[in-house]
Amino acid sequence: MITFQGHLAPHKRIIGFFAVLVAAFAAVAIIGLLVSMLGTFTIGGLQHLTWSFLTEAPRNSNMEGGIFPAIIGTALLVLIMTILGVPVGTATAIYLNEYAKQSSVFARSVRFAVNTLAGVPSIVFGLFGVGFFVQFLGKGLDGAVYGDANAKVFGEESLLWCSATLAVLTLPVVIVAVEEALRAVPRELREASLALGATRWQTIRRVVLPNSLTGILTGSILAVGRGAGEVAAILFVGVAYSMGSDLGLTEKFMHLGYHLYVLATQSPDVEKALPLQYATTLVLLALTFLLNFTAIYIRSQLRRKT
Amino acid sequence: MNPFRATSKHIGEHVAEWTIRIVASFSIIVIFLIFVFVFREATSLFVAPAAKTEAPAPTAEADLRPEVYNPDVMSLEERMAAETSAATDQDVYNPDAELTPAASEADQEVYNPDAVLSETSAAADEGQDVYNPDVELGTPAQAASTQVEAPTAEEAPKSLWDRLTGTVWQPVSEIPKYGMVPLLIGTAKTTIVAILLGAPLGILAALYTAFFAPRRLRNIVKPAIELLAGFPSVVIGFFCLSIIASYLQDILGTTFRLNAIVGGIGLSITVIPLVFSIAEEALSAVPRSLREASLALGSTEWQTAYRVMLPAAAPGVFAAVLLGVGRAFGETMIALMATGNAPLPSWSILEPARTFAATIGSEMGEVVWGSEHYGILFLIGSMLFVFSFGLNAITELYVKQRLIKRFQGK
Repeated sequence: MITFQGHLAPHKRIIGFFAVLVAAFAAVAIIGLLVSMLGTFTIGGLQHLTWSFLTEAPRNSNMEGGIFPAIIGTALLVLIMTILGVPVGTATAIYLNEYAKQSSVFARSVRFAVNTLAGVPSIVFGLFGVGFFVQFLGKGLDGAVYGDANAKVFGEESLLWCSATLAVLTLPVVIVAVEEALRAVPRELREASLALGATRWQTIRRVVLPNSLTGILTGSILAVGRGAGEVAAILFVGVAYSMGSDLGLTEKFMHLGYHLYVLATQSPDVEKALPLQYATTLVLLALTFLLNFTAIYIRSQLRRKT
Repeated sequence: MNPFRATSKHIGEHVAEWTIRIVASFSIIVIFLIFVFVFREATSLFVAPAAKTEAPAPTAEADLRPEVYNPDVMSLEERMAAETSAATDQDVYNPDAELTPAASEADQEVYNPDAVLSETSAAADEGQDVYNPDVELGTPAQAASTQVEAPTAEEAPKSLWDRLTGTVWQPVSEIPKYGMVPLLIGTAKTTIVAILLGAPLGILAALYTAFFAPRRLRNIVKPAIELLAGFPSVVIGFFCLSIIASYLQDILGTTFRLNAIVGGIGLSITVIPLVFSIAEEALSAVPRSLREASLALGSTEWQTAYRVMLPAAAPGVFAAVLLGVGRAFGETMIALMATGNAPLPSWSILEPARTFAATIGSEMGEVVWGSEHYGILFLIGSMLFVFSFGLNAITELYVKQRLIKRFQGK
């Protein structure tokens, strides 16, 4: 780019130099922060990351042993959350984008609610999890199935309600992402399909979905990645301080993020717990970044294609 | 549109279409239920005492704890309970009558008070860090005896508003205090620190990547910041707690290892990627013609970037900062772990703070369902909800409109 630095007064050239320098410094500082965080956790974590740490249950009030139940708990949580949330979010997005009248008050208010909901603090979703899933739906289910609202089967904090809470948390993100992917499919394709005599569903099934599949996948994985590292929303919906390896849908469970929180704030011996915390962090980061990297990889493939 | 559509539909299609419709309406209902439920639980604060005082509460309590049975106190309590129910019978909202200690006590009647109190004081024990004023006050033995004395205490019945605007947050004590001023101050100071640090960094980095960075560097910076956005907040909280807190204490020599600065730095780490991505989007949405015109008039790259492009993208950058504020005050895990989590009514950023979100996070787990404390935590939740929803709505409706208008030259 041709610029006219030569014509500037010297003091302006110095200001210009600093203006660029400050901006560059901001970018470098952020990268430095990222590198230092990754470095700390990788170096600190690898020192304690042994096979037995990954495959054993915690002992001695979490100060010894491993984090196996937490890994399994987190994986199951993410899995159930995905099963509950992603199809529902996709269906909602398809409905909003393909069936609902675009300019209707209904579609616009739903879209507005979805967009703004994506910015609502996750702790509020946690409150919703307690108020709606555990107390309302859970107790209601207990009343319907066992005839007693205090049967404490569904009406207790559990893995199921945590997954449901996180599914609701990721729902807006999934809807927004899938709608974006659907909108990226050109109008002409839809019209051509309809003109050939295909029904609306055939158009969606054979034309729209195949063309937006990559976008849908990327968006969903990113949304699931957001849910995988989320702790605040499930803080009081069913995570347990310490558990064995037995798991049940209606039981409490251990979660990597919550485990880290407990170790970091409530352990009796801070020095001794530090390596455990680093190793737990590393595993949690590995899980969330695995999801993020998959999404970024799929997206880069998509960009190459188009 | 298509005359053959009706004949060519199969049953499978109907099933698929109706499944989508049903699932979609289900999820839309859930989305709107979120709005309803968070507020519904909070309204128990204003409504519930009326319903609950109708039950013959004092006798139930006498059954539970005969050893502290005291006829004088009981009759007083009965009288107060009668008063409150009389007041509420008239169906006129009267906060003074509803929130007498007797009414709040009656709330807990359904549960075994002893168990409840030991549970909640255990909760206070677990509650994080260095500073916790509740622990000494909330021992079960004391609480059991003071339960009955509570109505006789000189503490005059106050309105809900007066109680919420007090300067002491002590939900687990003989006379629970729900003054939200310390929480408000804590939230404000950590959010301010986070925005002062995070917003300039994010905006400058966005400027750099949008206008100055060589292509190769840009391809590193953008994914790197996206990666930063992918960090679970509990990990950032842990990083602040274990590393940043120690460094800062060495440098600044503060008395409290965990304070509002450490928390603010932690929150700024979550604010940066958000501000960066929205600001970057806004900056690159500014039409090329503006940039070219500026350069053609003889201004340099940096003059163009700072004096033409940044002002042109100002509504978007403003939106980025607003969303950053929303993110910072709603963030829970970092606020729980790195701020010291003590509800002090002090504006000093070198002292611990406690945010609204962290209060819910640390107390919700042990609170008794349906109690006054529970209602107040939901009230805080609704406040967070309304506030963040408002911020989002402003950016959604106002800022984006302006941005579109500006770039279309209207």
